[in-house]
Amino acid sequence: MDSSHIVSSFDRDLNHIQSLLLEMGGLVETQIADATLALIRRDTELAAKVRKQEKRVNALELEINGLTVSMLALRHPMAEDLRRVVATLKVSASLERMGDYAKNMAKRTSVLAKVKPVGSSTNTIKLMSKMVQEMIREVLDAFVARDIETAEEVRLRDTEVDEMHNTLFRELLTHMMEDARKITPCMHLLFIAKNLERAGDHTANIAEQVHYLVVGENFEESRPKNDETSTMFIKHRKKKKS
Amino acid sequence: MSFQLIERQILTAGKKHDVPEQDPVISTPNVDVYYADKQALDNITLDIPANAVMSLIGPSGCGKTTFLRCLNRMNDLIDICRVEGDIKIDGQDIYAPEVNTVSLRAHVGIVFQRPNPFPKSIFENVAYGLRIHGLTSSKSELADRVEESLRRAGLWEEVNDRLDEPGTGLSGGQQQRLCIARTIAVEPKIILMDEPCSALDPIATARIEELIDEMRANFTIIIVTHSMQQAARVSQHTAFFHMGKLVEHGQTKQIFTSPQDERTESYITGRIG
Repeated sequence: MDSSHIVSSFDRDLNHIQSLLLEMGGLVETQIADATLALIRRDTELAAKVRKQEKRVNALELEINGLTVSMLALRHPMAEDLRRVVATLKVSASLERMGDYAKNMAKRTSVLAKVKPVGSSTNTIKLMSKMVQEMIREVLDAFVARDIETAEEVRLRDTEVDEMHNTLFRELLTHMMEDARKITPCMHLLFIAKNLERAGDHTANIAEQVHYLVVGENFEESRPKNDETSTMFIKHRKKKKS
Repeated sequence: MSFQLIERQILTAGKKHDVPEQDPVISTPNVDVYYADKQALDNITLDIPANAVMSLIGPSGCGKTTFLRCLNRMNDLIDICRVEGDIKIDGQDIYAPEVNTVSLRAHVGIVFQRPNPFPKSIFENVAYGLRIHGLTSSKSELADRVEESLRRAGLWEEVNDRLDEPGTGLSGGQQQRLCIARTIAVEPKIILMDEPCSALDPIATARIEELIDEMRANFTIIIVTHSMQQAARVSQHTAFFHMGKLVEHGQTKQIFTSPQDERTESYITGRIG
């Protein structure tokens, strides 16, 4: 809705909440980018910075919660305003979770920095991370612009993140079977990949909130899921004795 | 007059969603209202379901009160007012020549914005309608009906020790509940309320809203309100009027969370006055 409220402070409050949400989105995107960079560069200092940043993300979520509750109590928003306030609460909760995932990625980097990289896994993680960062940026832009087409496109793109997660899962399992010494780094890499895969799911949740905001109904169509890791089984091949 | 439900096609126009399919107690196929040359209502077609609360909302001058006043022919009192089209209650046209407006108004009661008790005792305020319509046969029956009506209006406990004191001596909220008791004493089927809480404080308002919620089991209630929160709290159905037209009507929940028409959206979100 383009026209402004008769009570202009209503618009100011809504815009303020939105700018906090965007700040939160920007921070989470940076956190994921930095957590990935720290992993690639084996940079424990950068990893520590990512972990610290999570506090700011949490504080923003609390601020948004407080402001939206005040908005509900004091202004009684209706129709699209109401949907915007409710969607904002959900989006900020999703962003907060993504911040947690980035923090967890950074935590694991301190262990991984001590061992050799495993195969091409870092490369796949880098690609997954880049994709998730783009999805966060685009879905938040779609939220602001009330652009359901872009939101839908992001929602569907989550299957590509799932696909990469499947590939990495398979690859890391194989490494672990071949060399038990790789189990520790592989497990950490698996969790990092899982963190990114979950972050992708949350961007899809946000996309569904864009749908709710614009259309006024909950998104009912189930999301195409490509995560096969929960049913994946890889047979152990015994090495031939020489 | 008798009000028989008749089998007929439900007519609706405008944007409508999710109103449960049941025979409406009131239907107004294509109603136009004029004040002299000026058209106040333009082709209003609205079905009002029984035993539910319907809110009429919209900016000042949109025609919601005019529409409300058509439903018990209060507009007859305005010389320049002309109503065209049918207004049917239980299938019967209330503007038909044989309709007696006095019994119509007993059947379709009204509560106004400002509480207007008669300058009589509390008891007489409630007993008055029962007497003029000859609804009771003995003094004790009259007293019973007065007590019952005051109880139903949630006022009995507050006034039973001073029934002979003037109704005008009560607080604003109590006076409004006295007016509601007076209205329901004659057992109407429909109660019209024209901003019944706009002169009341929040506690008195909450009591009236609680009462409205209890009353809908026995009555069909149509309420005009400027408070969107009140419409959202008390009604199951909401109709939005704008510039003499019925823009949209449907379940209250839907109107206030995802209205279909931009004008409704703008009004309820505070973007047009």
